This record gives sequence, C-alpha cells and structure tokens, in this order.
Amino acid sequence: MAGKLQVSSSPHIRSKMTTSKIMMAVVVALLPAAVYGIWLNGGHAAAVLILSVLSAVLTEFLYEKIVGRRVTISDGSAIVTGLLLGMNMPPQIALWIPVLGSVFAILVVKQFFGGLGQNFMNPALGARCFLMLSFAGHMTNFDVSGYAAKHIVDTVSGATPLANIKAGETGDLASMFFGNIKGTIGETSALMILIGGIFLIVAGIISWRIPVIYLATFSVFALIFGGHGFDLYYLACELCGGGIMLGAFFMATDYVTRPITVKGQYIYGILLGVMTGIFRIFGGSAEGTSYAIIFSNLLVPLIERSTIPAGFGIVKEKKKGGEAA
Amino acid sequence: MSLTPNSPGERIYNGIVKENPTFVTMIGMCPTLAVTTSVINGIGMGLTTMVVLVLSNVLISLLRKIIPDSLRMPCYIGVIASFVTVVELLLEAYLPSLNEALGLYIPLIVVNCIIMGRAEAFAGKNPVIPSLFDGLGMGLGFTVGLVCLGAVRELFGSGTILGFQVMPKAYEPINIFILAPGAFFVLAILIAIIQKVNNTKAEKAALEAQQQRRQILQAAGLVAAEKA
Repeated sequence: MAGKLQVSSSPHIRSKMTTSKIMMAVVVALLPAAVYGIWLNGGHAAAVLILSVLSAVLTEFLYEKIVGRRVTISDGSAIVTGLLLGMNMPPQIALWIPVLGSVFAILVVKQFFGGLGQNFMNPALGARCFLMLSFAGHMTNFDVSGYAAKHIVDTVSGATPLANIKAGETGDLASMFFGNIKGTIGETSALMILIGGIFLIVAGIISWRIPVIYLATFSVFALIFGGHGFDLYYLACELCGGGIMLGAFFMATDYVTRPITVKGQYIYGILLGVMTGIFRIFGGSAEGTSYAIIFSNLLVPLIERSTIPAGFGIVKEKKKGGEAA
Repeated sequence: MSLTPNSPGERIYNGIVKENPTFVTMIGMCPTLAVTTSVINGIGMGLTTMVVLVLSNVLISLLRKIIPDSLRMPCYIGVIASFVTVVELLLEAYLPSLNEALGLYIPLIVVNCIIMGRAEAFAGKNPVIPSLFDGLGMGLGFTVGLVCLGAVRELFGSGTILGFQVMPKAYEPINIFILAPGAFFVLAILIAIIQKVNNTKAEKAALEAQQQRRQILQAAGLVAAEKA
C-alpha cells in the first residue's frame, strides 16, 4: 500500500503503532489485575477469563468467515473484549454465562454494526449489561472460593464492600485498595488496575484526560451529593470499590467509543463522572459504572459533532440574531 | 407471479410480502416493539389491528367522495377512533385477559401508522372491495410480523412458545429478550435477514436478465460470442 497512496500534500505523519500493537499493550496492562484476580479467586476465575477470550476470538473468526469478510482476529481487539468481559464476571459464575456474553459482545454489539471501529458502544460493557439484565442473580452473586475463601474474606457469601457502603457501613480502605475484597474478577484491586492504567498512559496508548477527569468529576459529585459531607475516607472507598477504576482506565478510554476531539474528551469525562455519581448515589444498585459508560458512549456522536475544531484558515460563521434555522 | 393490480389476491400478497408493514415499510413500530413479548400477544395485537383496519378501510372507501380533501385527516381519525372504541369495549367484555396484556396499546391503535397510512394511501382513493382486501392483507402482514417477533422473544426470553415449554428444562431464560432492548435487537436482526434474502433474490434476477440480454444480442450477432 505504501507508495501507492499519495494523495495529500506533505508532511505525512508516519507511525509504527498498529492496532494489534495497541491491543497487545492493553492486554499487558490488564494482566496485573487479571493475574491478581486469578490468584485471589482460584482456578475457576482462570477458566472464566480463558473461556471468555477464546469464545470472543472464535465468534469473530466464525462470523467473518461465514459472511465472507476479511478475518480480523489478528488485530487483538477480540482478545481485549473477551478479557475485559471476563474481568467483569463474578469469580464463581457458571461458565456458560461468560461464553454467551462474549458471543453477544462480538456478534451483536461489534460485528452487526460493521466490526472494529464501527461499534457504537463498548462491546464488553454492552455484553455485561446484557448479562446483568438477563441473569441478575448470577451476575451479582459474589461467592468466593480458593485462596480468598481461606484467608481473606471473612464470610463466603455476602455483599461487596461497595454495597455495604451504600447500606451505610464504612469500608476498609486498605483492603479495598489492595483488593482483598469481593467483586468481579478484575475490579477488586485498585492498585493493580492503577499499575496497568499508568503503564498505558506512560506508553502513550491512552491519554490521561478521560480517566483523570472522570475520576475527578465523580469525586466532586460524591463529595457534594454523597451524604457524607467532606469525608475523604468515604470518597477513597467509593473510588476503590466497584468497577469505576477498571471502567475509567480501560473501558471509557476505548478508542472506538470515546470522542476523538480533545474538547469532547473533557465533556465526555465530566459526563461519565456525573452519570456514575447519579447511578451510584441516587440509583437503586450500588454500582453504576457500566451503565454510565454505555450511556455516555451513545452521546459521543453528539459530543463530537459539537466539538469539531474549525479547519485551518476557516472563520467560524457568526450566528445571526433572529435568523436561526 | 403476476397478479392483476387491486385484485383481492394481489392486495393480500402485497400486504403480507411486498409491503409487509413490519419488515418492509416499517410502520406501526410502537405496538410492534411494545407488545411482542409472547406469540399470543402478537396474534392478539395483530388481529385486533386487522379488524379495525378492515372496517376503517371499508368505511373510508365508501365515504371517499364525500370527505372533503382538506379535512380528510380529522375525518379518518374520527372513523378509526370509533372502530377502535368498539373493538376495545368488545375485548374488555369477552377477552379481558388479552385486553389486560395489551393494555394501553389497544386505544393507541387510533394513531397506528398502518391504519392512517392505508386510509391515506389506498382506501381514500380506491373502491370498496380492493380496500377491504388491502386492509385484510396489511392486517395479516402485521400479524405475521408480530408473531415472528413474538415467537423469537418468547422462545429465548421464556423458553416457551404459546405457553408450551419448548426449551429443555435446564435452559435458563434470557430475560433481556422480553425486555425493551430485546425487542429492538430481535426486530433489527429479523429485518436484516429478510433484507438479505430479498437482495439475494433481486441480484439473481438481475443476473439472469443480463444473461438473457446477452444471449439475445449474441444470437443477433451484435456481440461476439465469449471465447472459452
């Protein structure tokens, strides 16, 4: 291709960054949290992660074969989708649920809309919400086994710390930060997610804007409306609990479903923070990150349309009073 | 298949296949998405709409020379609303369970796009008999659409068809199919499949026509025969 397509005038920007390299970097960044989740929850969690990745890749392969499209499994995006979905599963979930979720994510949310780059919402989160709406009982059953059951968590079944905080209890910040708590496979350890997220920012894969603005907006919202006053301990527990860290670094920053304009990314981050706050504090359930992100995904086209920068040398037309169309 | 325009058979074929309101012209989407949580609801909604559609088509066709052009919309609404009221009261009296299941969507038949659309596009311009069969065809087409959608949603969302357990006992119903999002993506997938089938058919027909043309031209010696 190079050398044949010379249509615009110089200078041309060249980059060695390819989709598959980016996706591999995301997988590497997810590994600390994933490995920690497996260590904490035992072999079943590993089976969930492996199955969801395999079924995501296989679904993409089969669909593209059947409809005669170019097979794109080598770009790694299906691996990321499968891994993210698996990390959103409770550790003891029945194994067919992540498989069904991966098929839905790839087939309905991604391929039906045209494949990578065309999906209107994050496939992993779309599938998570699909599963939440269909199998609420399975998806909120955070029973543990393995190392966690023996050493860390006091009771084998029960609510997540975030749900306890919502019910008025105080959380144990240290264990929430390091991840000795209940939750989905990938969300428990804020530390491991931060390691991965900072790696992505330093490597230039994602920009700091969306995660930082998202978390900052949510913090302000929680301090104002959380009902705990200016309580930083409560705030820290809210930030370390649930899926907000995983969402902020790995799902809100998805290239396809975030705005491409810088100004749009600020708006998007603020929207995410406010929506997560509304869902968590005023909503019925303790968690709201996934709904906040897919809701904001849907508004991205509007955000982009209103924040497109003017081309070089183009003067923006001034609005004429009284002549609005 | 060639049918005489406006013959009963042509009108019914038109309503069910060629201009199927659910899958081809995509009108009347509100009840389509809202009530199709089961096959029986689909049948109930489809047939109720069909009854109103046939009656209103006939009456509007009879009155088409009397209704002044500039006032036709209010007149149509008046006619349709009367029939909907009749049907609603009948359902309440004789089929209270169906009436409860369909709820608000029965009175909303008044503003159903299919009925307004057929009055405007067909019954207001055509004689009574074709209008009657137009209503019948469109009503059947709507029923077919709702039943297809209801069947898929009931099968996956409850594991049953018409209330009978179809899926094995171990099957866990996927609730989302009978919730609102399920309606949207099942409808979209069904429409996509039907479009694909139609497109393939059209492509095949176009290809055959092209080959025929080529053969005629070759026979006439206007185009050199293809070298193998």
